[in-house]
Amino acid sequence: MATPTVDTVTTAPAPRIPRRGPVRWLRDNIVAIAGILAVVYLLLPNVVVTVLSFNDPVGRFNFSWNEFSLDAWANPCAVAGMCASLGLSLQIGLLSTVAALVLGTLVAFALSRHRFRGRGSTNLLVFFPMATPEVVMGSSLLALFVNFRFPLGFGTILIAHIMFLVSYVVVTVKARLAGLDPRLEQAAMDLYANERTTFWRITFPLVLPGIAAAGLLAFALSFDDFIITNFNAGSEVTFPMFVWGAAQRGVPPQVNVIGALMFLLALLVVFGSEVARRRRARG
Amino acid sequence: MSALAHVPPPGTGAGPRPAPAARARGRWVPYLLLAPGLVWLALFFILPTITLFSTSLQTGSLAAGYEQTFEFSNYTSAWSEYWPQLVRSFGYAGIATVAALAIAYPLAYTIAFKAGKYRNVMLVLVIAPFYTSFLLRTLAWKTILADNGIIVETMERLGILQVLSYVGLTADDRVLATPLAVITGLTYNFLPFMTLPLYASLERLDPRLVEAAGDLYASPITAFRKVTFPLSLPGVVAGTLLTFIPAAGDYINAQLLGSLPATAMIGNVIDALFLRVLDYPRAAALSVTLMVVIVVMVATYVRRAGTEELV
Repeated sequence: MATPTVDTVTTAPAPRIPRRGPVRWLRDNIVAIAGILAVVYLLLPNVVVTVLSFNDPVGRFNFSWNEFSLDAWANPCAVAGMCASLGLSLQIGLLSTVAALVLGTLVAFALSRHRFRGRGSTNLLVFFPMATPEVVMGSSLLALFVNFRFPLGFGTILIAHIMFLVSYVVVTVKARLAGLDPRLEQAAMDLYANERTTFWRITFPLVLPGIAAAGLLAFALSFDDFIITNFNAGSEVTFPMFVWGAAQRGVPPQVNVIGALMFLLALLVVFGSEVARRRRARG
Repeated sequence: MSALAHVPPPGTGAGPRPAPAARARGRWVPYLLLAPGLVWLALFFILPTITLFSTSLQTGSLAAGYEQTFEFSNYTSAWSEYWPQLVRSFGYAGIATVAALAIAYPLAYTIAFKAGKYRNVMLVLVIAPFYTSFLLRTLAWKTILADNGIIVETMERLGILQVLSYVGLTADDRVLATPLAVITGLTYNFLPFMTLPLYASLERLDPRLVEAAGDLYASPITAFRKVTFPLSLPGVVAGTLLTFIPAAGDYINAQLLGSLPATAMIGNVIDALFLRVLDYPRAAALSVTLMVVIVVMVATYVRRAGTEELV
């Protein structure tokens, strides 16, 4: 009877050996693998856009690889109308972001700092534009402008962008306000700061990161909007509209240069600020 | 994009209680703060919606002018002509939403529980694609799914393409210009809108609850089914809404990756009727239909998720 005991002792780890094999490893990490594959799925188009910006395409469409070339990067504005459309998009992005930040932040303060009649319906009104398909919002604005014979152009694009950005600003700033510790403001009041001083010295600086985040989000949404803009642009051409037109007529690699540049800039800003934050936290 | 994580479902306006000091201030203060923003929304969101509804009941043409005739036949004629596109929109959007949930859940789970110090890096990688124009990224799928590309050839060799073709998702040994291409594009385009709310609700989840389930002899699968998934339901609800709603109204993917009119969605019809055919009344009737169907579906869904599972 002694042998089986010895056997069990020596062979005890044996069944665990295959469990450490590739099958076991796969079973342990299947979720992480799926997660990483999802990231690949998300980034694949950005990689394609960037790679094709270095392409010298055959014909008008830049969809398959032909030859390495730096032409597009050297002359990004060589395509007629593209840089003008980029300028228009930046202008509209900045103006509508600033306007939406002002309108939205005020609404966010009212909603989270005050109790008033109609608070529920205000929340609902703010939520609705985010839950409406863009094609409905774009077409209804067009119906409005046509009915009132309002000329389409820069102004109508701006009006439309501010409209759909306000909700996103409200939601982002409200989330920041909800996370604020009310004791900080109470402490300021206890130290004889009046309401105005408390607001400008305590509340506003604490909410500022939320407003900044809302601004970044609003700008990205405005800059990239196509559907609503296309309905209300009249004869103006924004950058997404230029890309849309190019998709029908022929896509020059310069368009990819802009796409790649924005992507790399965004990564640079985010990682740069993360490094700066870590350095500040350490020092 | 972090805002998406905080989108409240309709009707739940429960914010934090206002500070006591605020109550002492004038009653008109909140209205003064609200006025500019709400006037803007009233003028350029509510009023257009009313105009849209009124336009949908008009007759006439752009040249001759429109008249308010309460022409309800605009609706019936639009429905009878374009019901396939309506059904297709909700079908494609539904499949894309399920696919996005299947892809986004492991992604959000990995970021929340497995990424460790790479958590922020992964979050950035989820949001970063937004900074390249989504039209360009959608066009990139033309390259990825090209007829002689690696993906399509591999699918063909493995026999996947033949199966998909049998189901009707692809045709002629290609992926581009088929429903599968449109659904792939929709899934891809709205994936971050699914991932971020899921991540937000998983991140709040106390891992000790899952450990406790394990201590009580629940298998990992049971623990997930009984603890993790139910607690992430708010994220699932927010994510599916944020994916399904824009996907149902989208027409970019159908136009760039599909082939019209075979894969036309309701957005393509609305766009064409408004901007090319200039048949405003029937285009408006379809917009109103899309909006009403979505509001009804969302309300039913939120109520269901809210009363049966969330409590």
